[in-house]
Amino acid sequence: MHLAYPTIVAALLFSVGVYGVLARRNAILVLMSVELMLNAVNLNLVTFDIWFRDRLHGGQVLTLFTIVIAAAEIGLGLAIVLLVFRNRQMIDIDRLRALAEDTPGGGEDPRDDTKASAAREPEPTGTQHEEAAP
Amino acid sequence: MSGQEVVFALLSVVMLGSGILVVTTRNLVHAALWLVVSFGALAGGYLVLTAEFVAWVQVLIYVGAVIVLLLFGIMLTRAPIGESADLDSGNRWAAASVATATAAVLVTVMVMGFRDERMPLQAGSGSADALGASVFRTWVLPFEVLSVLLLASLVGAIVLSRSDIGARPEAGARADEEDGV
Repeated sequence: MHLAYPTIVAALLFSVGVYGVLARRNAILVLMSVELMLNAVNLNLVTFDIWFRDRLHGGQVLTLFTIVIAAAEIGLGLAIVLLVFRNRQMIDIDRLRALAEDTPGGGEDPRDDTKASAAREPEPTGTQHEEAAP
Repeated sequence: MSGQEVVFALLSVVMLGSGILVVTTRNLVHAALWLVVSFGALAGGYLVLTAEFVAWVQVLIYVGAVIVLLLFGIMLTRAPIGESADLDSGNRWAAASVATATAAVLVTVMVMGFRDERMPLQAGSGSADALGASVFRTWVLPFEVLSVLLLASLVGAIVLSRSDIGARPEAGARADEEDGV
């Protein structure tokens, strides 16, 4: 069997995962795309293990370890996603901007999350007050 | 093309097609179910590559556990069951171009590096017997470290998802107030 088949399939699967991570908005879909990328890496590991005819089976054992780490990662990731959902009532990654810096132009972003918009609330009322005073 | 290559090519078509459907479908539950198809085809690919034990672990952990966990996550976040229009963010064209560039670079490297290489497939090289001996002889220390890691992450997940723990104990909050004053 040609070595090119599994490696090219793994490369394509990895780029499908890259597209999913970058293009999706729902946090659970992003986690699914990360799983796709991890599986592409696993396919590469198994392929090269068989190609080298490794007597210690390092590639396949590392694949098993990667699968376990992926299970741990998905457990923790889903716990964090559920915590975010409990606090914010949504898991849209585009709108979770509480860690973003306050850029001068970024203040008017209507997709900001609730906490940031609540923190900015006194500012517009102050300007309204100034406009109303004269 | 040998028979193994034909089977692997068909499996990889299924794998890539369902993978693309995972990242493009508008239905969250369907995305998780297409992920099952993709992982199942990948397990078949492992079988063709004579990595039997990895294939069964893939079926057990990914298809059995991870997908169920993802479906739980989808339902606990009260996602819409039907189609929803706003699953893709606005930068999907940038994402598509980045993914295409990644695919081009990786496929070019793989084709240039391993165009003429052939891999020997001999049955039994990835059996549970061989892998078990290898795990518990050579790789036993990483295996034990990994079990501790799994335990720590599960404890962390439980702590994160418990709702009866407050945000902070009161002593810490009072200390913060005193520091602030």
